Amino acid sequence: MQSEFKIAYYLPSKTVTNEDLVREFGGWTAKEIEKNTGICQRHCAADREIASDCAVKAAQQLFQKYDTDKSSIDFLIFVTQSQDYSAPTTACLIQNRLGLSSHIGAFDINLGCTGFMYALSVVKGLLATNTFKNILILTSETLTKYIHPKDKSAKAIFGDAGAAILVSNKCTIGNFEYGTDGSGGEMMIRQNGAFRFPFTQVRGLDYEDQYGNTLNDDYFKMKGTNVFLFTLKTVPSLIQNILNKNNQSLQDIDLFIFHQANGFLLEHLRKKIGIPPEKFFVYLKNVGNTVSSTIPIALKEAMRQQKIKKGSKVLLAAFGVGLSWGGTIIEI
Amino acid sequence: MNIQINDLIAKLEAEFDDIEKGTLTAQTSFKDLDEWSSMQALIVIALVDEHYDVALTGDDLMECENIQDIYDKIKER
Repeated sequence: MQSEFKIAYYLPSKTVTNEDLVREFGGWTAKEIEKNTGICQRHCAADREIASDCAVKAAQQLFQKYDTDKSSIDFLIFVTQSQDYSAPTTACLIQNRLGLSSHIGAFDINLGCTGFMYALSVVKGLLATNTFKNILILTSETLTKYIHPKDKSAKAIFGDAGAAILVSNKCTIGNFEYGTDGSGGEMMIRQNGAFRFPFTQVRGLDYEDQYGNTLNDDYFKMKGTNVFLFTLKTVPSLIQNILNKNNQSLQDIDLFIFHQANGFLLEHLRKKIGIPPEKFFVYLKNVGNTVSSTIPIALKEAMRQQKIKKGSKVLLAAFGVGLSWGGTIIEI
Repeated sequence: MNIQINDLIAKLEAEFDDIEKGTLTAQTSFKDLDEWSSMQALIVIALVDEHYDVALTGDDLMECENIQDIYDKIKER
């Protein structure tokens, strides 16, 4: 099936399986991990492989697969929270690495789980100006590098990936619903190492949370129970608002693709919202939660598995670090 | 809220594969169970949300020692 949305993604070759986690931590079985997270393996970027490297590889795959004329791309957006440098903007460097025209616009969007949704909304606005025809969104995160080696819960969930999505002015993108609540910023945070707490002045110390996970402010930290509650409170109304803004009902949607946070959470949300299982796409088992790349990867897989066809209406919804949430309905 | 503690206990036992039916009581200190982890906390929060439409927080669970305490928290809401 040829959709107007062209997608490719890259997964680093190194994997961590549930059996690896059992060997490392004990106290749980591979089956239990799979049952609770919906994940069997995650990919981990190599030592010197960073987010932009994964994004560039995804883009190269996309160009090859779709035989893309690179000179037709007139804008580039890179979604990441793992930039090459504080300055310059990583998207500018990627323009050069990919050999894209120098007559294009390029910038980064610094968002995590919701980054792809926000990039897509910016793309919709750019396309509406009739100035651009083909916009490349790249999403990439290498969170496994910033998870504490002894943070068992986070290690079970997150994986690395990069995705490339080419959006043209022929794509149908609906109205967006957005949400932001910075009061929950501490629920998911990598505190040290930027400007508020630079490594030159502050270094974190290991401590254990109430569930025995080792945490440290130098690493990415997540308060799982609070995040879970945030999604229970926010996601059902997010979905309703997306439907309302597009004059659609739950029954009108052919497939729902949410940010692939973890299997347990997704199943609970699905039941709570009342989405039939056959209309709810989950793609986590072999990739884990890849942050901003989960929706592009799942969308690609839903196309590959022919869960959707030309003209299908797909509701996309993301929620996470920020706190930030958002979504829309696209037509494939 | 009109719930029975036995109903809550039965639901918890059904949810956790490793716990045999009839082994939990109102006085069970659930945090001392071998299986207790952040994932189990999520399962309890989800179960209470699904069946009783009450949003317990991680802090609520921290304050609970046993199943009676969880039951009391649900009844309060």
